[in-house]
Amino acid sequence: MAKPKVAFFSFSSCEGCQLMFLNLEDELLDLLGKVDIVRFREAMKEVLSEDYDVAFVEGSITTHADIEEVKHIREHTKILIAFGACATIGGINAIKNFQPLDDVRKYVYGDKWQTYDTVPTMAVNQVVKVDYYIHGCPVSKKEILAVVTALLQGKEPLIPDYPVCVECKMAENVCVYDKGLVCMGPVTRAGCGALCPSYGNKCIGCRGLISDPNTNAQKDLLAEKGLTVDDILKEFRMFDGLSEVSKK
Amino acid sequence: MTDLNVRVEHLTRVEGHGNIVVNSKNGEVIDARFDIVESPRFFEAMLLGRRWPEVHYITSRICGICAVGHTSTSLMGTEMALGIKISEQAHTLRKIIFYGEQLQSHILHAYFLAAPDYVGAPSVIPLASAAPDVVKRALRMKKMANYICEVIAGRHVHPIGMVPGGFSRYPTVKELKALKEYVLGFSADVDETVKLFTTLKAPEYWRETEFVSLRNPKEYAFYEGDIYSSVSKKAIPQIDYLSLIKEECIPTSTSKHCRANRDSYMVGALARFNNNYDLLHPRAKRAAEAIGIKPGCYNTFMVTHAQVVETVHCFEETIAGLDRLIEGDYDPSQQPAQPTRMSGRGVGACEVPRGLLIHDYTYENGLIKNANLIIPTGMNLGNMDADLRALAPKAFGKGPKEAELLMEMLIRSYDPCISCSCHILKVEWV
Repeated sequence: MAKPKVAFFSFSSCEGCQLMFLNLEDELLDLLGKVDIVRFREAMKEVLSEDYDVAFVEGSITTHADIEEVKHIREHTKILIAFGACATIGGINAIKNFQPLDDVRKYVYGDKWQTYDTVPTMAVNQVVKVDYYIHGCPVSKKEILAVVTALLQGKEPLIPDYPVCVECKMAENVCVYDKGLVCMGPVTRAGCGALCPSYGNKCIGCRGLISDPNTNAQKDLLAEKGLTVDDILKEFRMFDGLSEVSKK
Repeated sequence: MTDLNVRVEHLTRVEGHGNIVVNSKNGEVIDARFDIVESPRFFEAMLLGRRWPEVHYITSRICGICAVGHTSTSLMGTEMALGIKISEQAHTLRKIIFYGEQLQSHILHAYFLAAPDYVGAPSVIPLASAAPDVVKRALRMKKMANYICEVIAGRHVHPIGMVPGGFSRYPTVKELKALKEYVLGFSADVDETVKLFTTLKAPEYWRETEFVSLRNPKEYAFYEGDIYSSVSKKAIPQIDYLSLIKEECIPTSTSKHCRANRDSYMVGALARFNNNYDLLHPRAKRAAEAIGIKPGCYNTFMVTHAQVVETVHCFEETIAGLDRLIEGDYDPSQQPAQPTRMSGRGVGACEVPRGLLIHDYTYENGLIKNANLIIPTGMNLGNMDADLRALAPKAFGKGPKEAELLMEMLIRSYDPCISCSCHILKVEWV
């Protein structure tokens, strides 16, 4: 069997998810034996193919040019993976959607604001069909490997659809709420191993909402902790501004 | 052949999206530019109205490669604005994680992004089979650098434990000791890296310019210091950065450039090396000598070599910092320091891998009222154009591929980080 042709692309993002791929220091050389990386602008000059079996797409779609480019990628790949929070749920790029976009452009670029094209931030699946999602800001190395391994074996990758709280309990952490902090764990998709609560911090919701979150209960919980409606919306809108709950 | 027509769209092996354009006719350089074609991200606007404990989560996402740098600078700005005084151990840990990021970024750039040009390879991938020992060493060292960050704050890309006032979780003494032992095991790899770069000779090139970096009389400044210019030879406090650094519109261009005392200036490893050579660790000075780089170096290609010298310095300082914690009065149960006021202005300034980074915040009642971010690659853009212009005649007489490679190498030497897209980036839609 020929090795699958894999390509990496980035739109509006910090390129940290591509870096997470390069951070697979123990596995990278083995991986290169299993797949052909044919395009990866951040790391390679050579473009070995313009058609791909798997395209990892990092970043949000935020300009008219992005829209055309991601459509082009979709036409040239068999499988498209939304890679990281900017691509899967819009991530922090969607914060700007809650201000008038012309104001945003004027605040940052002053009298030259019209030079800078921007559209409301979109996740990749708002423009083209996405086959698989690797969540997180940044993605976890473990999940990159799990998805790549599943695809190499011809299996469906398993993406968790239960809240971070499950993993946090398994990690035997003291509940973040008991420490007096507010946490997005009860409504946020697991898969990170509850990394942030395990480092004494709170879940900030970078992996997006689970598919059936009890957002009303979460809002009540946050309100019980003394947060105002504005504060609560800020919690939801940090990474997940495109979700229905953030719009209310 | 004195006519050049170099056009490199979406330059590879750099972070973010940029194009090189260099044209000349009859020996006269008409155009020499590095255009940024990254989508604007509007971070300053996104910060408006955000609460002080969450600002650094947003700013960390400016850049995956300099996530610790942005987080540190952001926290510094917030802490100054709100009168938060961090403890000595938090301060030492902030410095160590900073070294971890420098190591990670410099190793990535030197081995994976810059070195392939020196050996005629398009990327590190063919080198994995041609020079497996070198590639394995690079990966091993990168992992070590990431591990430093992991022990201190959970991970390198978007560190978890760094919060206003200190850390949400302090590593245990046992973890610090284990980290030190682990890092010490890389001493031979550090030497081998220096050795490799004694053999990778930079192209000949020299153009005098202004170097701007932090300067701290006590140490080779990464995490704190005043802002120093090699031209004025003066250091100003970070809060006064606007008295040195000016953004302005260039008559021939619709885009903004950054100036200090001259038309353009350079920030980054070479600027730091030139401005702070006296404060380098002795082992790093020996590395500089072996590589053949001396203070007062105006060869832009040698940014990479300066990064290697800094790699040695950061390696030594990581161990020294860990020693200070292990032998000192370290308390892992410490809680983050709290704000003493809810309104005020603060300016954070750090030397991230690619150079000086400034975050300037004004808070009102704990919410961001105003934000200004100045990014190293933005500051370097004017200097990149000036270098492309000065380098162009060196490409006369070369074939188009060779000319293109020379221009690419020059821009790659800056290790540009384009995703750090802020208002200062010059944008021309191509």
